[in-house]
Amino acid sequence: MARTSVTALALQLSAGAPAKATTPAPRYETATFVLNVNGEDRRLTVEPRVTLLDALRDRLGLTGTKKGCDQGTCGACTVVVNGRRIDSCLTLAVMHEGDRLTTIEGLAKGEQLHPLQAAFIKHDAFQCGYCTPGQIMSCVGMANEGHAINRGTVREQMSGNICRCGCYPHIVDAILEWKGSS
Amino acid sequence: MNPFRYARVDSAPAAIAAALYEDRAQFVAGGTNILDLMKIYVEQPSLLVDINRLPISKVERRGDLVHIGALARMSDVAANDAVRQAFPMVAIALEQSASPQLRNMASMGGNLLQRTRCAYFRDPATPCNKRAPGSGCGAIGGENRMEAVLGTSEHCIATHASDVAVPLMALNAVVHVAGPLGDRDVSLSDFYRLPATTPHIETVLAHGELLTGISVPALPYASRSTYLKVRDRAQYEFALASAAVALDLAGGTIRQARVALGGVATIPWRSREAERVLAGALATRATFERAAEAALLGARGYGKNDFKIALAKRTLVRALEMVAT
Repeated sequence: MARTSVTALALQLSAGAPAKATTPAPRYETATFVLNVNGEDRRLTVEPRVTLLDALRDRLGLTGTKKGCDQGTCGACTVVVNGRRIDSCLTLAVMHEGDRLTTIEGLAKGEQLHPLQAAFIKHDAFQCGYCTPGQIMSCVGMANEGHAINRGTVREQMSGNICRCGCYPHIVDAILEWKGSS
Repeated sequence: MNPFRYARVDSAPAAIAAALYEDRAQFVAGGTNILDLMKIYVEQPSLLVDINRLPISKVERRGDLVHIGALARMSDVAANDAVRQAFPMVAIALEQSASPQLRNMASMGGNLLQRTRCAYFRDPATPCNKRAPGSGCGAIGGENRMEAVLGTSEHCIATHASDVAVPLMALNAVVHVAGPLGDRDVSLSDFYRLPATTPHIETVLAHGELLTGISVPALPYASRSTYLKVRDRAQYEFALASAAVALDLAGGTIRQARVALGGVATIPWRSREAERVLAGALATRATFERAAEAALLGARGYGKNDFKIALAKRTLVRALEMVAT
């Protein structure tokens, strides 16, 4: 199916197209656009129904971002968009043309870990590790939100990230040390 | 999720034109509700109209009201100084909703229009008059612990899930609507429809109409207000019962009050009955208990949610005590 610019339809409509579609909707229409991920422009052709999470993992090979519940409940898919943390499973890739995305792969500088990654290792803040990228990205986003940082606020502000292994005390320790040292 | 087409627009007229293009077109803003429902085939739009680039995300004081753009994100509204000063209960309700990630995504307009969390609504294998009109209600006689006790009908007992709509209802907020036939303002008290015999029709919005903003009267005494949410865990959970309360106090006497309940009704539930009991009465526990009785007078339990009647009363009494002291 031919690619359609995401704005073409709207332009066509606002120019006074007929009130009802005269041809059936193409079943597998795709959109081509650029996603800026970790400072790099990545060109992508996907159906509109592809979530940002699936685009990152399956199309761009960035599998650090995890799929847990796929319904906005667990936070494993957390990424940072324009400085704000979001759940990448409940948004479409095509909605993020022009945004600045940061995933867990974008934190380390070469072999040098981000201090929060180092703090997670030091404090043994994971067991299976599946929720860890989401925990860390959520925490990076939290740091931009201006909350007072103490044990209580961290527990509250990290409530969108579930850890089935139950590593919460160590996760909070890691975050507190990171915020204390930064 | 089923295939659909996608159009991005940058003005309200373009959004409305695009939505009118197909009868199964829907707007998408944050996406946190509709994409979730599309994944489980409860929503199956043929066209999604992305309105995120419309210039309707400002939050600002305008004279004696606070204007909240429909695309303002929940987290931005919660952090806004004008909102926090004028009506703390709005900020508290937002801060106690969902998770930080979802609050960064979800728009205020989408919050008001979110669909119920009723488990039968969310499961196409079960009957639900809201999802499939005429199929029956699985919740009546079923697993109804989370369902409503106020505003129900024999066709639907699904709870309205929004927190922030509860204080907005108490404040008599007005929503601004743009549509094919022009713009109109609708008081929130006229915006939601009780389920009655048509639970699939939830608001007065017609197809193609777009919610563009919310005006919230800065009721002077709403600076003395709170939102109390009771739930199964401390964070990231829907309300079992909640209360938004603002009190105009003179000494120990209540001059006026605003009261609305959440988690227990099919729409955000303003209780003018409770407000009438409170107006002119002494701010005592006995008064608060009478107000709570009045608020729940018409409540009906469906078995597993019977506890919500007592819980809602206690929640309201506690909220009133918090604001009065």
